[in-house]
Amino acid sequence: MAKPILEVNDLRVSFKMYAGEVQAVRGVSFTLNKGEVLAIVGESGCGKSVTAQTIMRLNPTPPSIIKEGSSILFDGKHEITKLTNSQMEHVRGEEMGMIFQDPMTSLNPTMTIGAQISEGIRKHQKVKKVEALLRASDLLALVGISNPHERLHQYPHELSGGMRQRVMIAIALACNPKLLIADEPTTALDVTIQAQIIDLLRDIQKKTETSIIIITHDLGVVAEIAQRVLVMYAGRVVEQGYLDEIFYNPQHPYTWGLLRSVPRLDSDTKSALVSIPGTPPDLFAPPKGCAFAARCPYAMKVCTEIDPGHFRVSDTHSSACWLLHEDAPNVERPIEAGGRTHG
Amino acid sequence: MAEQPILEVRNLRKHFNLGDGKILKAVDGVNFAINKGETFGLVGESGCGKSTAGRTIIRLYEATDGEVLFNGKDIRKLEGKQRQQLYRNMQMVYQDPYASLNPRMTVGNIIAEGLDIHGLASGKKRRERVSELLNDVGLNEEHASRFPHEFSGGQRQRIGIARALAIEPQFIIADEPISALDVSVQAQVVNLFKKLQREHGLTYLFIAHDLAMVKHISDRIGVMYLGKLAEVAPSEQLYAKPLHPYTQSLLSAIPIPDPQLQRKRERIILKGEIPSPLNPPSGCPFRTRCPFAMDVCAQVMPEFKEVEPGHFVACHLHT
Repeated sequence: MAKPILEVNDLRVSFKMYAGEVQAVRGVSFTLNKGEVLAIVGESGCGKSVTAQTIMRLNPTPPSIIKEGSSILFDGKHEITKLTNSQMEHVRGEEMGMIFQDPMTSLNPTMTIGAQISEGIRKHQKVKKVEALLRASDLLALVGISNPHERLHQYPHELSGGMRQRVMIAIALACNPKLLIADEPTTALDVTIQAQIIDLLRDIQKKTETSIIIITHDLGVVAEIAQRVLVMYAGRVVEQGYLDEIFYNPQHPYTWGLLRSVPRLDSDTKSALVSIPGTPPDLFAPPKGCAFAARCPYAMKVCTEIDPGHFRVSDTHSSACWLLHEDAPNVERPIEAGGRTHG
Repeated sequence: MAEQPILEVRNLRKHFNLGDGKILKAVDGVNFAINKGETFGLVGESGCGKSTAGRTIIRLYEATDGEVLFNGKDIRKLEGKQRQQLYRNMQMVYQDPYASLNPRMTVGNIIAEGLDIHGLASGKKRRERVSELLNDVGLNEEHASRFPHEFSGGQRQRIGIARALAIEPQFIIADEPISALDVSVQAQVVNLFKKLQREHGLTYLFIAHDLAMVKHISDRIGVMYLGKLAEVAPSEQLYAKPLHPYTQSLLSAIPIPDPQLQRKRERIILKGEIPSPLNPPSGCPFRTRCPFAMDVCAQVMPEFKEVEPGHFVACHLHT
């Protein structure tokens, strides 16, 4: 059994606002093993980015509050929720790296590429400036940038979107992190560039054996890179399992809806797409019971009253849905969800 | 093919003068026609000129050269009353549902603005028309007195669609109407577009970068690269038998939400990025990234030719 690099237990994060408290993450638990790629999927506002930012403690407190009882154990020794800011700074730079969605705004426009990559190296490893720059140039080569020596002296505006994302990856890798968190790393890019970046991430994962958490709303990207999948809805994990379990044997109606609402190139139907009616609930006052009940075609009385908890499907697969209870009626599962034939 | 095209674009060019003698050829000689009742999808990566093409067709930009025939009339020559008449028949739905609705106007006034401008309805009739439109797009009449900020992205996009429909146009240009929305909401909006097309016999020019979604909604598709059309074909044919190497690599770059299929699939990953449109390559614009580039590609721009009925391609491999 592989050793876990990250164990998140009952993570709850809220934001204090003038109008009340937004409960962005409401009890998320999962583990990430060494060398594994985990995808967190869900729509905007489901709490996937807040979860990732909290693992790196990037959310300022206040307004964000990590609730009592939450635990994030990193590498078996660091309890992230309890570290002081300066302790956290060490962990963040040396052992975790983050890739943000928007390469246009997350690089410093007034610093050269070389300075930005070597900044982290010089802060966390006692090396000379020249050495740090040499290492920066190696990193640029690793992420597939040609003429790395010349690039060191360029500014972000001189690079294209795809190149900037490569630079971001180089910065994240600068201190050989054990964990890499990529928050929608390809969303702002064109498809052909997206393909290049995914290829690069896979390649780096193989070479460095870094554990990766990738946050995305694109199920296609998930299918390409992830080994395990976490489906989130309204601040909770509704289903988790290995890639094939989620795609071919999904158990939660929300996962069914997500899988069915993406059009596919290989489907030749001109029929209507199956959409999920309605919109996610307001997290100022999350509903009692299952948050998806209001949009769920299979909702029963119990769904609106009691939270389903997690039902075990297999050792590695669980789903938070009352349909899995032994007393629940047997519903006919939409065939396309998972059982789609392909040849 | 006795069908009468509702829109014919002939050799359309839109060049932006950036000063210092720099000219950005955003759209550079594009030809296509859209038949009545059809959906034509225009796809390509950012900077390929697809949005500029859409905006030039509806005259948000004045074309540098070429013709845009709408119901047989060149819209570039229409002025005054005639130009206003054109906009009764041609409307646009924009990409960003947050930026394209005036935050200080009520939804009712946003939707009825077209009715007011064209003097089509007032008083009770205007109110009735607004609630009818709201119902059409899946909202209800109480929403008319609210302001845009009270709505979610998907709902705002519905308001944008209701505004475009208000004056009963024949033709709607939708510029990336779903790319700002979440997946499950995208499906809702796409289904709405299809329903309205059936009910009102609309013709669409659907501009997007998401090929899977475009295939789903379009009858025919045009693929653009650096201001030029690379390929035009009926959508099934384009996906079953793409001829242009760029179309092939675009299709292969789309991640498929099916892990088993994904593992089996061989992908063409293009090297490099789109060259700057300020300084496009000589000959075929795609040659710098094309795995099949030949000597002739650097010298001569391939002709845009019909290689099979209805299937056009601009590539030296197919001449």
